[in-house]
Amino acid sequence: MILSRTAASLYWLGRYVERADFTARLVQATVRLDVLSSRPAGEAAWTSALTVLDANEAYAATEAPVAQAEVVRYLIVDRQHPGSVARCLDMARDNARAVRIALSRDAWTAINRSWLLFERRAKPDAGTDRAMRLVEMVENETRGFEGAVHRMMRNPTTWLLRLGQAVERADNTARLLDVKYHILLPEGETVGGIVDRDQWTTILQTVSAVTAYRWLYSDGLVPANVIDLLLSRSEMPRSLAASVEEVVDLLNLLARATGRHGEADRMARTRAARVQRTKTADVIVSGLHEHLGAFVRENAELHAAIGRQFRFG
Amino acid sequence: MVKRPAFDEIRDSPRDELSSLAQWLDQSDPAELGRRQQAAEATFRQLGITFAVYGEEEAAERIIPFDIVPRVFTAAEWSRLSEGLVQRVEAINAFLDDVYGERRILKEGVLPEELVLGNPQFRPEIAGIRPPHGVWAHICGIDLVRTGPDDFFVLEDNARTPSGVSYMLENREAMLRLCPELFANFRVAPVDSYPDRLLTTMQSVAPRGAASGPVCVVLTPGHYNSAYYEHSFLADSMGVELVEAADLFVDDDRVWMRTIAGPVRVDVIYRRVDDDYLDPLVFRPDSMLGVPGLIAAYAKGNVAILNAPGNGIADDKAIYSYMPEIVRFYSGGEAKLPNVETYRCRETDAFAYVLEHLDELVVKLVDGSGGYGMLVGPTASRAEIDRFREALKAEPHRYIAQPTLALSTVPTLAGEDDGLSVGPRHVDFRPFVLTGAKGVQVVPGGLTRVALTEGSLVVNSSQGGGTKDSFVLAENGQTQEAGRQEQRMGGMVQSQIASAQVASAQVASAQVAGSPTAPAQILSAQTLPAQALPAKSVQP
Repeated sequence: MILSRTAASLYWLGRYVERADFTARLVQATVRLDVLSSRPAGEAAWTSALTVLDANEAYAATEAPVAQAEVVRYLIVDRQHPGSVARCLDMARDNARAVRIALSRDAWTAINRSWLLFERRAKPDAGTDRAMRLVEMVENETRGFEGAVHRMMRNPTTWLLRLGQAVERADNTARLLDVKYHILLPEGETVGGIVDRDQWTTILQTVSAVTAYRWLYSDGLVPANVIDLLLSRSEMPRSLAASVEEVVDLLNLLARATGRHGEADRMARTRAARVQRTKTADVIVSGLHEHLGAFVRENAELHAAIGRQFRFG
Repeated sequence: MVKRPAFDEIRDSPRDELSSLAQWLDQSDPAELGRRQQAAEATFRQLGITFAVYGEEEAAERIIPFDIVPRVFTAAEWSRLSEGLVQRVEAINAFLDDVYGERRILKEGVLPEELVLGNPQFRPEIAGIRPPHGVWAHICGIDLVRTGPDDFFVLEDNARTPSGVSYMLENREAMLRLCPELFANFRVAPVDSYPDRLLTTMQSVAPRGAASGPVCVVLTPGHYNSAYYEHSFLADSMGVELVEAADLFVDDDRVWMRTIAGPVRVDVIYRRVDDDYLDPLVFRPDSMLGVPGLIAAYAKGNVAILNAPGNGIADDKAIYSYMPEIVRFYSGGEAKLPNVETYRCRETDAFAYVLEHLDELVVKLVDGSGGYGMLVGPTASRAEIDRFREALKAEPHRYIAQPTLALSTVPTLAGEDDGLSVGPRHVDFRPFVLTGAKGVQVVPGGLTRVALTEGSLVVNSSQGGGTKDSFVLAENGQTQEAGRQEQRMGGMVQSQIASAQVASAQVASAQVAGSPTAPAQILSAQTLPAQALPAKSVQP
């Protein structure tokens, strides 16, 4: 038996932890792209990071320059920005606190610890170095949280939390791919040139798939392969294919345990079947941007259907 | 400052049982105690055992300072206290049943009628409603102070939603982890049966007609409430749902909660919200909070509410001064636990006395709590006294006054990092008393609050007070460790208990090997299965 309010908090807890983690990774990868690459990508790198996070307009409103120090501060520690890692952790912890009896002690303390890190160390004027150290610590804690979630009872509590994570992950990966697609499908730039390699590496780092790529594809960094990896390879946990499968599996488990199934299950199954049938080559021909736009919209509809189905929408 | 030297419970005690604690104190390095205390506080923060201070910014979450030196009650002291507590709580229940029913005590002139019926804490809305099984004050916290070896007084009754029990339990967990040697030397009665006892109490007062496994819930105002940790802790350790008002609704005079599988019927509610926010249809029509229709369902006998609505009349400070009469009226005997002498400012003679002795007295608002609206005469400045005098003259009926007591002290770790030392600090004590359909029980322990500032008598956590573990020594009964074996399976703190057990077993066995109650022996007493299993595989 789970209260509808509890279900909502668990689901949102999952979404915010995933969002904090993704944002942290994206910032790390972009810093790397900006600083370490032989041809610093500069402003373009940060604009695209902001676009992936759907934060471009909000950032423009702050009138701060699109440069590393300012954007990192905005995305990591700025509590005025609803999508900053600090705010995501606030939200995650708020939700965790509201349902703390549903969580194991380990899972709760992992969230609370990462929140305390920010409470104590995130100064609004934190420099990039400091922010990046924070990000590293947060990543450790979210990994601890993941581990704790996997040791929680295999019951609707855990499944709702992971459902939130899976829905959020699908959204993040789709946006990442969408924003970077013009880099992946370049016009003019020599394919395989230096910038390209760095850009692709950035994407793979953001979804922690550098090694996975090497295992799955033998012919070096090829744009179509990177798109294929993120769209269709269900071996890759952050791919759209894996995320949509996970959503179906979790909804099945929930249906069996609670006797509740309906619209969300149907939508999730239909979507998973379609993702499985889709050929990457066809998508590239017919338009990746349109494809991903439709995916993000559909994901939002599924999100709403989940809320209705479990009576918290 | 208190002029008479205060009684120190450890140093001045004639109790033989305590000489070993004094010894432990003398042998312990304050710096080492300080390290252990910091470890405990770090754990509290990580677990989020915090309270919010009203009036400060929303994010202000503090931990209540924890002091590592325990306070000890001997078995004999405890049995005397328990008798007094049971008698008092029985009287409180009888009083509530009476004033919301027949009103015998008013008819016989024991209490002035207007003091009860005209009291803002009296709820005419629920007069005539009798709670399931006639129990009103299921969970009571009776605040006690001590002034000498045998002198205990009741300072205040809490019959509404007393808090602090989570500190009793968490402080014990911390002590077990940090000072296992103490539990090897003392036979401390376990407190961790509290959640089970509370659940049994809740189940025992389920409305007749509820299913055999009644659905029990804890009702919290939400996670911004200052005592939210305790609410979640109790729900978790009982294994029941923690609900907010919006999770509940009433249909056909029955209470339901909204779950993902649809409405589920609720039989027993341990509410940690004030009467005012229970049911907007009855108590606060202007409020959006609460569960509309809850009181109607309660009146129909379809749900039990712990503690019963309307209990405020029993722990009102104006009623408090009549508690000796109330106890006598219902029990037929004298109160075993005396009140602190109290002047009611509503009475002309008493008021005149109070005005003349403001510098010696503690004056309190009858409807204040948390140490607000209070004057501690002996420590107040001239200006503070004058200001208070004006407030008092304006509304004398809102105040009572009591002599300043030389509250007992207990050695307490004080000072900053390198200047740590152990010195006497004043304490009070809140034991928890449970009343179910089958009677009254006292949990052997409680919350000791300590005023961390030297000489201060204000122990409230909102004003810089801390807490201590309170040991009740077992006569021949269970020790802490033996009691732990069967308790608290499935609670939130289970993993912690396991590690505390192991840790305390290790340390204790190293220090007191051979002691008949050494926890290590209890742990190793588990017998091995008769037939050995095949050996575990290893890589060749």
